Amino acid sequence: MRPEILLGGAAAFVLAIVPALVPWTAVMLTIALAIGLSVLGIVVLLRAGQVSFGHGLYYATGAYTVAFLVSARLSLDALILIPLGGLVATLIALAFGVFAVRYRDIFFAMINLAISMVAFALLEKLYHITGGGDGMNVARPTLGGVRLGRAAFEGWMFYTTLATVAIASFLVGRYLDSPLGRALEAVKSNETRLEYLGVSGNRVLHVGYAISAALAGISGAIIAIVNGHVAPEFAYWVRSGEFVFIAILGGAGNVVGAFAGSIVFEVIRNHAAAFAADYWQTILGLSLIVIIMFAPDGLTQLRFIRRKAQS
Amino acid sequence: MTRHPVLEARNLRLQFGGVTAADDASLSIAAGERVAIIGPNGAGKTTFVNICTGYLKPQSGSVRFEGREITGVTPREIVRNGIGRSFQLPQLFLDTTVLDNLLLALAAREGIWNTWTPLKRHPRRDEMLDLLEVIGLTETAHQLPRELPEGMRKLVDIAMALALRPRLIFMNEPTSGVSTREKFAIMDVVIRALQHNATTAVFVEHDMEVVSRYADRVAVWSFGRIGLEGTPAEVLNDPDVRRGVVGS
Repeated sequence: MRPEILLGGAAAFVLAIVPALVPWTAVMLTIALAIGLSVLGIVVLLRAGQVSFGHGLYYATGAYTVAFLVSARLSLDALILIPLGGLVATLIALAFGVFAVRYRDIFFAMINLAISMVAFALLEKLYHITGGGDGMNVARPTLGGVRLGRAAFEGWMFYTTLATVAIASFLVGRYLDSPLGRALEAVKSNETRLEYLGVSGNRVLHVGYAISAALAGISGAIIAIVNGHVAPEFAYWVRSGEFVFIAILGGAGNVVGAFAGSIVFEVIRNHAAAFAADYWQTILGLSLIVIIMFAPDGLTQLRFIRRKAQS
Repeated sequence: MTRHPVLEARNLRLQFGGVTAADDASLSIAAGERVAIIGPNGAGKTTFVNICTGYLKPQSGSVRFEGREITGVTPREIVRNGIGRSFQLPQLFLDTTVLDNLLLALAAREGIWNTWTPLKRHPRRDEMLDLLEVIGLTETAHQLPRELPEGMRKLVDIAMALALRPRLIFMNEPTSGVSTREKFAIMDVVIRALQHNATTAVFVEHDMEVVSRYADRVAVWSFGRIGLEGTPAEVLNDPDVRRGVVGS
């Protein structure tokens, strides 16, 4: 069995136990895993050598989709809301992707940034529809057809998110190994040859872009449900930059790395904010500098982890 | 008996600023032929290949392949029409193995839109292993292209084009940058692969020994057009060609 699958399986097993032993970690880990899905979307794009500084748009799309559906009192279950968030994000990515995938490198990153900032401005200004800067509250939906109390809901949302992460990781891993996923890698490695194999680099990237947006949409939908609130900041460029940063931190181009990076990031952020409210960003920054110094290729490339996975 | 032309380039014209890279250039290629294009640097040989393979669009003139107009069509459309191409500098996917390079070419031919079956387990994987055997690179299957010498990389580049089963292949300087000893070995392998697939070939070449040994016909490029055309013996014995191209 491949080392990455073994490592991922072991990590999922450990993660599944933690909230049962330490209940307060459930929400933090749910948020980390959900953010990890957005990061996984960035990892997909990194395979093509492209970076998006605008994936906050798709994250916000998933979140606001849930907020609108819940506020419309359709009584949809969380298990329906989450994929719907991903679906709407995919549809928007398919539309914007028509333009975005024509660009490469810094231009690709910037056009995504531009689109997301337009979305951010709209979310801020269309007060009567989006709640403006205040955002929207999201009432707790049923989960698996059951209306749960807060503690139970948070616990089960963790396991729902963990299952979503496991399924998404498996599917993305499968996609990246498939001919289409390898063609995505070829967009980075030699697009001229790809064209001379009769394959459109733009189309290959468009599929990758839609998959990546779907992951961000699912991620945003989970966050909306868990937080009970959505805000325009979800589409802000800082959030998009965070996804890219975590992808690099975890190990660019690595499925497990997306979640490892996300959990480390979230744990540091939580603890730094708790112990030094005014300086938490400084602590976060310093911690990340240390991690980058010891694992320049990402957390999953730390020597002892790699050795353990190989054995 | 005159063989039916598979490719007909007519009156191609292309200028870059003040430089005329193609000046009313015309060439017909018959099915099964191996045509060498020779000429001094800057004569327009690569421009001709680039026009025929969709990399450049001519300002006037036309290219027809098997009777279909392909002038100005994108490279991928041209490839789908049955024309393959190798490059002067091999265009490979350097981060993946030689076999995976060929498997990606195979997947491109069979339909790339598969998101489920791993590329390594492609149902027609054996076909690419056979192709590697034909070009004598079986032992390099699991090596990265960057670990191979230039001559082998050129062979992989040609094999990628052949994996698409083209009916016509353009090869740009298949023996440049390789040693004198290697060049015949490479060309023997290439010709064997071409015969194996019944592929018509056009190759740009600077080595006259290679031209005389492997070409059925030679077209001498001069100032963006064909100056002389004929069998290798006719062309290479022409005094102007000997002076201007062969250098003796």
